[in-house]
Amino acid sequence: MRLEARFSWLPTPFRSLLLFVVWLLLNNTLSLGHIILGAVLAILIPLATYPFRTKQPLIMKPGLALRHLLLVLYDIITANVQVAILILGPTKKLNPGFVKVPLDLTHSMPITILASTVSLTPGTVSAEVYPWLESLPEGEDPSQRYLLIHVLNLQDEDALIKTIKQRYEAPLKEIFEC
Amino acid sequence: MAEYIISILLLIGGCFVLVGSIGLVKMPDFFMRLHGPTKATTLGMASLLTAAMVFFSTTGEGLSVKEILISIFLLLTAPISGYMLIKSAIHHKLDSIERTTGKDNIEDDV
Amino acid sequence: MLETVILIVFAMIGISLLLNLWRLVVGPSVPDRILALDTMYINSIALIILYGMSMGTALYFEAALLIAMLGFVSTVAVCKYLLRGDIIE
Repeated sequence: MRLEARFSWLPTPFRSLLLFVVWLLLNNTLSLGHIILGAVLAILIPLATYPFRTKQPLIMKPGLALRHLLLVLYDIITANVQVAILILGPTKKLNPGFVKVPLDLTHSMPITILASTVSLTPGTVSAEVYPWLESLPEGEDPSQRYLLIHVLNLQDEDALIKTIKQRYEAPLKEIFEC
Repeated sequence: MAEYIISILLLIGGCFVLVGSIGLVKMPDFFMRLHGPTKATTLGMASLLTAAMVFFSTTGEGLSVKEILISIFLLLTAPISGYMLIKSAIHHKLDSIERTTGKDNIEDDV
Repeated sequence: MLETVILIVFAMIGISLLLNLWRLVVGPSVPDRILALDTMYINSIALIILYGMSMGTALYFEAALLIAMLGFVSTVAVCKYLLRGDIIE
C-alpha cells in the first residue's frame, strides 16, 4: 500500500483524471480550449485541496482495477434481475438475515469500496463495520474487522461469505497492494 | 433502428423503477424495503439515462454523452445513502420480521 | 412509436411516485419515510429526463443533475440528524 504519488505536482493522479473527464463531460465538448482549461483545473484543484484531505492509498494496478470495474458492472446487471424476481415473487418465501463477514482489508478506503460493491450486488446491503472505533482505546487500530450485511434471501451463509471474499475482496487487495 | 433501441431501454428502465417502488411498498420490514430502491431503481435510472443519451445523440446536433454523468453519480451515491439509512435504522432499533436470522450479529452502538 | 413508449414510461414512473408517496404517508418509522423521499427524488429525475425527451430539448439535463445532487445531500443530512441529533458537529 502506497500513500504518496510519484510526482509532487500530481498528488492524486486518478482524482485529477476524474476531474478532467467530468469537466469535458459537463461541457459536452472536445475542443482544444476546454481540454486546456480542464487540464489546468485538474492539476490545480487537487494541489489546492490536497493538504485538507487524509491520505488515501493509491491504485497500484490500473488494468486490474478496470477489469474489476467491468466485473462489478456485469454483476450489478445480473444482480438487479435477480432482485427484481425476488421482489415480484412471494414475500413469504424470503429468508432475510444478517451476516458478519470477516475482512482482510485494514484501510478505510478499500473497505468503503468493498461495502459499496456489496450494496450494489446480489441481494445484499452492507450495514456496518465492526468493531466500533469509539469503543477502542484512543488511536488503536482493530486487528480484525467485520462487515455486517443484510441479505434479502439467505440460503447458504458460508458460500455467500466465500463469494464476497473471493470475488470482490481479493481483487481489491491486489489493486491497492495491502 | 435507434428508435427501437431507445424504446427498449426506456421500457426496461421504467420496469426497473416500478419494481423498486413495488419492493418499497410490498416488503414487510425496513431492512427488506431497502433492497428495492438501492438496486432496482439505480439500474432503472442507468437504463433510462442511456436511452436519453442515445436519443439526444441521434436527434440533436452531434454526440451527447453528458447524461452518463447522472448515471455515474447515482451509481456512486446509492450505496452511500443506503448505508446511512440502514445505520440510522439500526440506531433507532427498528424491528425486523421474526424469521430474520443472525439478529444477534447486530452490536449495540455507542 | 417513440411518443407512445414515452407516454407508457411516464405512466410507470407516475405509478412508482404514487407508491412512494403511499410509503411516505404510511411510514411507519422515520427511516422508512426518508427512504421513500430518496426514491421520490430519483424518480423525479426520471420524470424530468423523460419530459426533456418528449419536448426534444436537452435543456433539462442541468436541472436533473442538480436534483440528483441535492437529493443525495439532503438524504445524508437527515440521516446524520437521526444518528447524532446534529448535522455539523
